Amino acid sequence: MDQHFSRSEMLPPLAPPITERGAVKWMRENLFSSPLNAILTLLGLAAIYALVAASLPWWLNSVWNAESLGQCRAIVAETAGEGATGACWAMIRERWHQFLFGFYPPDQWWRPILALGLLFVALAPVLFAGQKRNMAFLLGGIAVYLVVTLTLAETPAAAFALAVALVLGLTALSQVQPGRLLWFTAIYPALCFWLLWGGTVWAPIVAMAGFVLLYLVFRFAAPVIGLTPAAGAGIVAAVLWWLYLQGPVSGLLQGALPFGLRAINSDLFGGFLLAIVIGVTGIAFSLPIGILLALGRQSDMLIVKTLSVGFIEFVRGVPLITLLFTASLLLQYFLPPGTNFDIILRVIILVTFFAAAYLAEVIRGGLAALPRGQYEAADALGLDYWRAQRLIILPQALKVSIPAIVSTFIGLFKDTTLVAFVGLMDPLKGVTQIVRADIDWKGIYWEPYIFVGAIFFIICFGMSRYSMYLEKKLKTDHR
Amino acid sequence: MAEAAKMQVSDEVAIQITGMNKWYGQFHVLRDINMTVMRGERIVICGPSGSGKSTLIRCINRLEEHQQGQIIVDGTELTNDLKNIDKVRSEVGMVFQHFNLFPHLTILENLTLAPIWVRKVPKKEAEETAMYFLSKVKIPEQAHKYPGQLSGGQQQRVAIARSLCMKPRIMLFDEPTSALDPEMIKEVLDTMIQLAQEGMTMLCVTHEMGFAQAVANRVIFMDQGQIVEQNAPKEFFSNPQSERTKLFLSQILGH
Amino acid sequence: MAMATDVPKDSFRLSMLVYDTRYRSYTIQIVVLLLFAMAVAWLLNNTAQNLAARGKEFNFAFLWQRAGYDIGQQLIPYTNDSTHFRALLVGLINTLVVAFWGCIFATILGVIVGVLRLSHNWLISRMMTVYVETFRNIPLLLWILLSYVILSETTPQPRDFRVTDEMAAAGEAPAASMIFFDTVAVTNRGTNVPAPLFERGLGSVDLGFVTLNLTLLAALAVVAGSFWVNHRLVAAARAQQEATGVRPATWWKSILILFGPFIALMAALGFHLEVPELKGFNFTGGILVAHSFTALLIALTLYTAAFIAEIVRAGIQAISRGQSEAAFALGLRPNRTTRLIILPQALRVIIPPLISQYLNLTKNTSLGIAVSYLDLRGTLGGISLNQTGRELECMLLMMLIYLTISLIISAAMNLYNRSVQLKAR
Repeated sequence: MDQHFSRSEMLPPLAPPITERGAVKWMRENLFSSPLNAILTLLGLAAIYALVAASLPWWLNSVWNAESLGQCRAIVAETAGEGATGACWAMIRERWHQFLFGFYPPDQWWRPILALGLLFVALAPVLFAGQKRNMAFLLGGIAVYLVVTLTLAETPAAAFALAVALVLGLTALSQVQPGRLLWFTAIYPALCFWLLWGGTVWAPIVAMAGFVLLYLVFRFAAPVIGLTPAAGAGIVAAVLWWLYLQGPVSGLLQGALPFGLRAINSDLFGGFLLAIVIGVTGIAFSLPIGILLALGRQSDMLIVKTLSVGFIEFVRGVPLITLLFTASLLLQYFLPPGTNFDIILRVIILVTFFAAAYLAEVIRGGLAALPRGQYEAADALGLDYWRAQRLIILPQALKVSIPAIVSTFIGLFKDTTLVAFVGLMDPLKGVTQIVRADIDWKGIYWEPYIFVGAIFFIICFGMSRYSMYLEKKLKTDHR
Repeated sequence: MAEAAKMQVSDEVAIQITGMNKWYGQFHVLRDINMTVMRGERIVICGPSGSGKSTLIRCINRLEEHQQGQIIVDGTELTNDLKNIDKVRSEVGMVFQHFNLFPHLTILENLTLAPIWVRKVPKKEAEETAMYFLSKVKIPEQAHKYPGQLSGGQQQRVAIARSLCMKPRIMLFDEPTSALDPEMIKEVLDTMIQLAQEGMTMLCVTHEMGFAQAVANRVIFMDQGQIVEQNAPKEFFSNPQSERTKLFLSQILGH
Repeated sequence: MAMATDVPKDSFRLSMLVYDTRYRSYTIQIVVLLLFAMAVAWLLNNTAQNLAARGKEFNFAFLWQRAGYDIGQQLIPYTNDSTHFRALLVGLINTLVVAFWGCIFATILGVIVGVLRLSHNWLISRMMTVYVETFRNIPLLLWILLSYVILSETTPQPRDFRVTDEMAAAGEAPAASMIFFDTVAVTNRGTNVPAPLFERGLGSVDLGFVTLNLTLLAALAVVAGSFWVNHRLVAAARAQQEATGVRPATWWKSILILFGPFIALMAALGFHLEVPELKGFNFTGGILVAHSFTALLIALTLYTAAFIAEIVRAGIQAISRGQSEAAFALGLRPNRTTRLIILPQALRVIIPPLISQYLNLTKNTSLGIAVSYLDLRGTLGGISLNQTGRELECMLLMMLIYLTISLIISAAMNLYNRSVQLKAR
């Protein structure tokens, strides 16, 4: 028996035998590995063929220049023969602006365009923390986007120059001190609000001053009366500021230094402008509220826990539509007689709460996934509750829940279409209905839905891909 | 060594591998493997990670397909024929690095599942056999617990018992102790030594050289998907021939 | 730490309410409770003031008034003389019906897609990925509207199905034809499907508050009985396997037991289908299913199935390869391995998120309003609300009903989770 054996020369690696290589092998393994698989492959090919055969002529016969659906059909019949089908993109060509801006005045389109560009500038330090190269690409892209679109939108020269200067300045800042860009992120909400709704510039500035006041009170009171009471005092001071001083002060300043943009009413907002405004605000505010709710639900304090659970379960238990109806029908009962505030704002508040309740559950899952030892370690380091959460617990819990958080965000963005039911002009139902009600475009259906669906798909798919990228990038431990 | 001498090796062939080659895509993972295992033989396979040793024993019960050459187990050649594969798998038991117990079944159910569904043994008889082997691996009292409630060492002993319940003629061990804490390795090795003393044909991928010296009658060293050296344990450890073997031994025994 | 050296003995100071860990949490909780109570009181006060200012009062008496509107799809008798409460019930049943069928179809489709996505077939798994990503990243509302528009605007009119004498003479086919062996006609007014009828039906019994359909009850009883007998059969097979080791083949007996009695009952009752027929310019006979229902069902099914497919895929992938390898090494065949090892484990992972998808689907039925499907949201929260002007009552009642459905489903889910949780150290 070959008990003793020793190899003096190692065998070189060989290429696999011919049956194990090439396209034939690939097809055999991936398409026809068993009779069932072969049948499935053939069925799949048949389905694709049927789909392409049915829709290809429609795409190929697209009409871009026409004034009505009837004209479109006439052109298709003329070029491709009687009975041929063809897409009528002329409708999009004529109405694209309603899908994007609703009834926002055309001479003011530069404002939402600029706000969108600046949104990505504000997001840059959050999306690519500290990665100068990526930030440079992003900001460069934004600059190009702004120059092109602002030119197309016939922006007033002064606004154009200011916008470009601002973006260039911020780009330079991002390369020198990337961290400082977060200051722009902090003031962006007020800036965006002012750009979109217009009015006096002083209103958002005075509103921001409330936050500064909050911080100052907290900063100077904290050493004297402790963290929690100081935070409470700061909040009280800020609320008093907003309730009683906001109006008079901004009025006074406007009187002294009048500067502002043309005010745009909420009912002119529509299309993706509306969806993005609601979606982005909802996302930005639901995350912190969701975190607080999740912490509340995990809390040892019975009352805090009960209230959090009650809120979360209530909001998750009813459809979003009923909450939106609450915003449009019931808020007039719950608020002091005579109060009337903007419907978009009301909807944003309800959408935010809705998303926050879902986020709270997602984050709770992340918190529960953390090993007990992490909490004990944080305690052992002598960190107080908020520091422990901020430095040890939450970063890990949020990291674990990134995919679920992003899919909640995607859900929120898709749900912005439901505002159509309270009379707002969302891109899907609101605008499409207006277009389809027009005598010229009556009977058109594939084109608007494909157009709107494609934009939603790009945005949502982009978000989910970004979450995958983020997950990979942050995967420092856990296997 | 004295114990190893006691164990008899018959002249009946258990496993015969000739000219076997395997590729993962373009990667040549097993190169021209030739080996014969006699009934009652205890073989230890060692080698650096990625040398193909796990793949080799996984080919023996067709968890992996080979592309060239011949593998004959107990007179049955492994081909695409499902009947042959079934026959070989019911003769060959396997123990995995990560135990792979079924977490949704109790220990007893883990042990009786295959006898009932594959061997068609009445439940009562299967349970008796299971309890017999659980006593042999010294944990009969755990029969009604779930795998998650046991320690790693206990789980691995259950996994060994689970394979034995099928009354296999050959046992394959794929790094059975490398996922275990040091204090649990011994209990698993003791079980394996006991099995060896009863004359089981064993192929064992392991780095436990003590085990190799105690029970193996042959040690095979693999590197780069090929058998580099094989010898009786005494000669293998005291007088390695190949440079690669020497380097490997100095690395694992050197400290 | 700080309090290690000089702990003040029991002397209570007011600052301890904030700093002392013993009192701190009480302080915070009391503050929170006070704030919450104040907020609730403020809201109630506002509501009372607002109601008074509008001259309305808060009561549910309107539920017993005449509704005065018609509902297209009604599974319990309803006319416009019925009460708002009756309308609420009709709406609730419509919600539950579309949710029920939606859950069933979405599960079937989702499981198929999820499994195919994991298949080794390159083409099929790519196609399933495209399906899942398309439906997950586009709002449900679009699918509802699109299905509805396609159904109601591209389908032929009933008269297109007509074969005139001239056409028959010329051997021409009509512009549109029925599908499924000439039993189903999809027109722009709705889908005409065959109606189940019984020649010798058992009639019904009026118990005053509710009418029992005896035919339906008999059918249910027979089905339940068949399931029970089949259960016994399987148990007997298992017992025999345990005793002798050999499991008798039961599949053909099961088929016989499950279907035989039912078919016999149907035959005895004279079951037949009433196929819709074109009479003049419209179809008569059979059941007319409104497009709002069909479109909502199709959209909910396709949309939710995409999410379920992801859940199924993740559930199967969560089971490590080692599990099936261990089963193979023991000599189990692949189909046995799937049934005995993979499925029981995968189901534990799949079922909780699956049920929360059912919950989402149920809540999403409220989007039926986009195509005027009169569900709970359309009756109670729509027409009843507008006619009576009782926003507060209608909305609260509607939320309460949705909340009850949700809580029932999640309570069931929690029970299930507790029963299947894997035991670990």
